[in-house]
Amino acid sequence: MLHRLVVSFFLFIATLYSFPALAGSPIEETGEEKKFQPGDMIMHHILDAHDWHILDWKGHAVSIPLPIILFHEGAGLKVFMSSKFNHGHSAYMGYKLDHGNIVAINDDGSKNELETKKIWDFSITKNVFSLFLSISILLIVFIGISNKYKKYKNQAPSGAQSLLEPIVIFVRDDIAKSAIGEKDYQKYLPFLLTVFFFIFLNNLLGLVPFFPGGANLTGNIAVPMVMAAMVFIITTLSGKKYYWQHIFAMPGVPKPVLLILTPIEIFGVFLKPLVLMIRLFANITAGHIIILSFFSMIFIFGEMHPLAGYGVSVFSGLFVLFMMVLELLVAFLQAYVFTLLAAMYFGMAVEEH
Amino acid sequence: MELLTVLLATDVTGYGIAALAAGVAALGAGVGIGQIGNGAMQAMARQPEAINDLRANMILMAALVEGAAFFAMVIGLLVIFTI
Repeated sequence: MLHRLVVSFFLFIATLYSFPALAGSPIEETGEEKKFQPGDMIMHHILDAHDWHILDWKGHAVSIPLPIILFHEGAGLKVFMSSKFNHGHSAYMGYKLDHGNIVAINDDGSKNELETKKIWDFSITKNVFSLFLSISILLIVFIGISNKYKKYKNQAPSGAQSLLEPIVIFVRDDIAKSAIGEKDYQKYLPFLLTVFFFIFLNNLLGLVPFFPGGANLTGNIAVPMVMAAMVFIITTLSGKKYYWQHIFAMPGVPKPVLLILTPIEIFGVFLKPLVLMIRLFANITAGHIIILSFFSMIFIFGEMHPLAGYGVSVFSGLFVLFMMVLELLVAFLQAYVFTLLAAMYFGMAVEEH
Repeated sequence: MELLTVLLATDVTGYGIAALAAGVAALGAGVGIGQIGNGAMQAMARQPEAINDLRANMILMAALVEGAAFFAMVIGLLVIFTI
């Protein structure tokens, strides 16, 4: 009886993920004829922003303001809250929001191209805030677990340990040991574990529809770019003679073929981390776009006739439920694929004949 | 022929062709993952004890093939946002 109750509770929680996000269509509320723009709505949810938009209440946007930190060459550091921009409607201190970017303006309000180029934007945007949040979660959980391991040595794991220990062992055995080998895997294990849990947690947080989640951090190309760059640096720095020899002068290959093979191999050294980056970015962003498109269908049909909107919302909800479950799988799978390929590149770099 | 004219006529900046590119990407992904599934199903039928290993490898291969299909999708996005 209790088992059935627990299972039905979790199924209910799963269906909650399919309720439409409050993306307020401002047709009847404001009285103006603003047709619903699905492209704008989707981009708004995918891209970074200087404030955290929660919902639209009666045509007015409700959002959490975030700090804006600008370094303007020649004018110094400027720090203020993004609420001063009033959702892009007003200018402040010579700056204005132009499609989400901060631009410097002249006295008459037009964009000052020269000054805008001198602005370095270090603001805490939605993605940066989400990054700090996921870092804090990872640190709190894992440092807590490691302290527990140190305090209660040689005892059976309990609580968060029993949730994470199988995953850590999975990364250690199936990814690190199998790809890098028994001898050297320990050096790379911290990086692989960090990358795996970081990507997994951020992917999952990006799927949550309400406040602390939903920031699409791994869908911002900068984050996969940095992780791929780290993989590239570690591979290059730990390359042994065997590795470099196989890139620049693959043994056992006749000279004319070497003329073609060596440029391809060099190109591959840079291409492999680049592909890692694009794979992660495109998978996550595409998933978000698909889910948002299914929601947009409700509003598109709702503009034709309210009843059509209600009808479509049932099917749309079911599709979104299916896509959300698929995205849960993709969240784990992309973390696994990134970590596995990184481990394989490390393994190839330290391989000895 | 008419399909091409319609696609080129819908938008000056060539969005129609970008949509076509994304569609072809889906086609490529479908064919690739279908082949993987085919091989996996046959292997599972021959040797039911290996089903767990086969399933894990099949999902891994599918993720890698989808990565290739996503390149075309990214090119489509680039066309829309930078041209």
